[in-house]
Amino acid sequence: MPLPRTRGTALRQQLAELRGPDVPAKALDARALAALAANPGCRRRAILDGAGVNKATLASALGSPSAFGQSQFALTRGNAFEAKVKADGGAELLRLVHEKLDRHAEPPVDARVPDLTAIGPEGRTARTALALREATEAYGAWTLLDHPMLALDVAGSPAFLEPDAVVVHPDGGWTVVEIKSFPMLDGSADPAKVGAAARQAAVYVLALEEVAARITVADVPAPEVGHQVLLVCPKDFSNLPTASAVDVRKQRAVTRRQLARLTRIQDIADALPEGTCFDPARPAEELTSAVESVPATYAPECLSACELAFHCRDRSRAAGAVTSLGRSVRAELGALTTVPDVLAAARGEAGDAADPTVAALRRAATLRAEALGAAACR
Amino acid sequence: MSLISTLARLEAVSTGRAQPAATVRHRHLAGRPLVFVPLTTAGEAGAPLGALVGTDRDAPRLLVVPQPRDRDLRFQFLAELADVVLPYVDSYAEAVEAAERNETDPETGKRVKVEVELCADAPQLIVPSRAGIDFVRLLGRSMRFRRTAEQDPEAPHPAPPRVPLLGRWLTHFGERARVPGSALLLAATELLSRHWATGQSTLEDQHLGALLAWIDPPAGMTGAEAAHAAELARDAKGQLLHPPAGPATDPAFDNKLLAPALERYDRARTALAAAEDGLEADERLGELTAAERAIRDLVESRTRPTWDAVWRGLDLLRELPEGARVEERWTRDRWSFTSHRDRITAGEPPQPRRDDAVTAANKLATREREQARLEAQEALDDPLVMAGRRLSGEAFAGEVTDVVMTYSEGKRPSPRPLVTLRTDDRPHLGERVKVYRSLGGKPQSAEFVGHDGDGVVLRILDKMGRGKEPEPGSVPEKGDRLCFTLFEHEQRGGAKLPDPENTPWTHGGPPGEAPHEAADPLTAEDVL
Ligand code: SF4
Repeated sequence: MPLPRTRGTALRQQLAELRGPDVPAKALDARALAALAANPGCRRRAILDGAGVNKATLASALGSPSAFGQSQFALTRGNAFEAKVKADGGAELLRLVHEKLDRHAEPPVDARVPDLTAIGPEGRTARTALALREATEAYGAWTLLDHPMLALDVAGSPAFLEPDAVVVHPDGGWTVVEIKSFPMLDGSADPAKVGAAARQAAVYVLALEEVAARITVADVPAPEVGHQVLLVCPKDFSNLPTASAVDVRKQRAVTRRQLARLTRIQDIADALPEGTCFDPARPAEELTSAVESVPATYAPECLSACELAFHCRDRSRAAGAVTSLGRSVRAELGALTTVPDVLAAARGEAGDAADPTVAALRRAATLRAEALGAAACR
Repeated sequence: MSLISTLARLEAVSTGRAQPAATVRHRHLAGRPLVFVPLTTAGEAGAPLGALVGTDRDAPRLLVVPQPRDRDLRFQFLAELADVVLPYVDSYAEAVEAAERNETDPETGKRVKVEVELCADAPQLIVPSRAGIDFVRLLGRSMRFRRTAEQDPEAPHPAPPRVPLLGRWLTHFGERARVPGSALLLAATELLSRHWATGQSTLEDQHLGALLAWIDPPAGMTGAEAAHAAELARDAKGQLLHPPAGPATDPAFDNKLLAPALERYDRARTALAAAEDGLEADERLGELTAAERAIRDLVESRTRPTWDAVWRGLDLLRELPEGARVEERWTRDRWSFTSHRDRITAGEPPQPRRDDAVTAANKLATREREQARLEAQEALDDPLVMAGRRLSGEAFAGEVTDVVMTYSEGKRPSPRPLVTLRTDDRPHLGERVKVYRSLGGKPQSAEFVGHDGDGVVLRILDKMGRGKEPEPGSVPEKGDRLCFTLFEHEQRGGAKLPDPENTPWTHGGPPGEAPHEAADPLTAEDVL
């Protein structure tokens, strides 16, 4: 039993210990959050993210480095495009917001672009909240918040998020703007990429709603956070910006539900053995057992979402887990969760023939063998 | 995934080798396919970095864009690509055979048979992966609206002469690839994973190297080990030993090798431009050539392994006998090729950016119909696929235990034999459900009459000739092993959609004047 401590600071202390002395916390970004929400059952990921552990460094220390990396070409182009969209006080960006989302409002001229610099993420979050409040009070004016900072409570600890931009409309409504460098070709972009952007934007919408609920503006109705976000992309093969409104209601609802489902980090932390530490400077063996002490739910989707994927995949495969072949495979096999179990049941060496899954497996095995036999003697 | 393919995957895990997911080859493979292994520049839309292309596995043509942001160099690449692809495509446009097609006579409005040409064979493009197919489509889109100097003498950056034509062809290949069972443009990963089940997930099967590693692991290694190495093994400098099949490159390659090489090239170009005399220029030209050579080597080093892998995959696929109905689907591809050839010869404009309502609906209907056709044909061609349909209750096989002759009532009684089939399968049969079996390649239909113990009683309905007595061989006999399906074997043409000029207003109305598709506007920092 840990000693009773004051809750908030105690947890923070506990998480710092998990991260290791002198290891700075890695902030959660919206991308990580959206991915976290995509696999809400994974306690391993929840505690590592919650404690601000740098999972990429950890993966390397474990001997299974992650394969995520960004090409400097993509980075350069992405930055150049964002700068172009935001040039001239965001004139082009505001024009697109006006055109796609708020045609009835006055066209934006001389929009306010408040300075949001402050010290530390808490400071920037406070500065952003203040700027949002002022902008909402400045009825009739357009305001562009360039890289604001928002806080969102994730499983009991705060995550700081930095959207590309938030626009406050003359009527006081707020809109999230996402600037991406994949092209919108003949009016439509790669649906997978749009989906990822929408999930990210949904996280920002949730965070903004928390801010909106906190600030009260005298004589002005509570600010409304748009469920349509603006996705700005290069048009066709050029680098001229074009935009489209993306409805993120669904993603917002899903993410909210998933975030609520995340096991409280406190509970996971409390269940860890005394002295657990994820400091990448520790020997690989110690790290491995620290990581293994938190249950994980690996599935192939992790490969594109989590830095620890290769480590967890090796473990999952070594354990013969059928989920390593895909969630749908797992769903098909009922109570049988390992490869040897399934094969034994299919061969009639184990399992109860009255179990419908077992019966179906045997039937499948027979039909498969018959077909292969027929093909072999052709 | 059906339980049968799941089992195959699990067996692959436990044996360390991919297991068959098909017993015949379900796609046509051309005798002389054109393999295309492109690389693209990260972050740019359709800015190629280079490619290997050709029909000779020992002598691919290497095409490189030494500075992908330079429009002229990209045009040069596309022109060279056109020099390889278009002669290949053209070589199939000449040889034709006579064929018949139903057409609506414009004057009488009646359906009449007309004699038309059908190309005797068609070109086939093979790319490494699904992403390669998207890239072909993207390249097609980026080129087909370009204007050449001949078309538009005022065009500020005219495209080389054959580039727009290449764009139209690549667009056609890309569109055709959306049709299930088509084979004009295929991805090696999809071909291989259709025919083998690996011990990894379908997501991981998209990696050509890992997929091949499971199907044909090097001696002394399991598929899992070989796949792991193919995916992740890096050299001392952090470069992947097996580069990804593209078109995207590995970020470590971009940052550590490509970026410095491009910088060197840019520097050499600037230096050459600033050369003050001939001697200096010669020297600097030497450096520029060397810098370009270095980039070519880099591109070749990243594409050659994939090139070899694609051909190895084709070898493996050729070992499988071709399914009986594959040829029939290839004929549809030949029709598709022939009609695009005709549209180009007739001087029709390039495919529009967006389809009008009728074209879009037609394409969708075609895809649905071809999907149904493909599913039926694959099952009929391959007992392993049929096994999956039997497991799901959509087909059943067994031995004929009894045949009783009965006749239809009416003036001219026809044979309606009752056949009892003993089967262990559990088909979803309702009263009078129609079922089909293949009789000499044609479907013979029967209807479900009832169960008799573990036998299924069926009444045979057709394909027995016109007489009172059935033609010999047309009625099953006791002891025959038969397989009946609940799905139809042949697909009728889809629902008839109105001709474009009769499009209802709810669907956008008739197309007006065919919209003139303007070229993409050019901007100063334009990337393509
Ligand atoms: S890779 Fe591991 S830690 Fe990450 S989400 Fe998947 S199971 Fe959890």
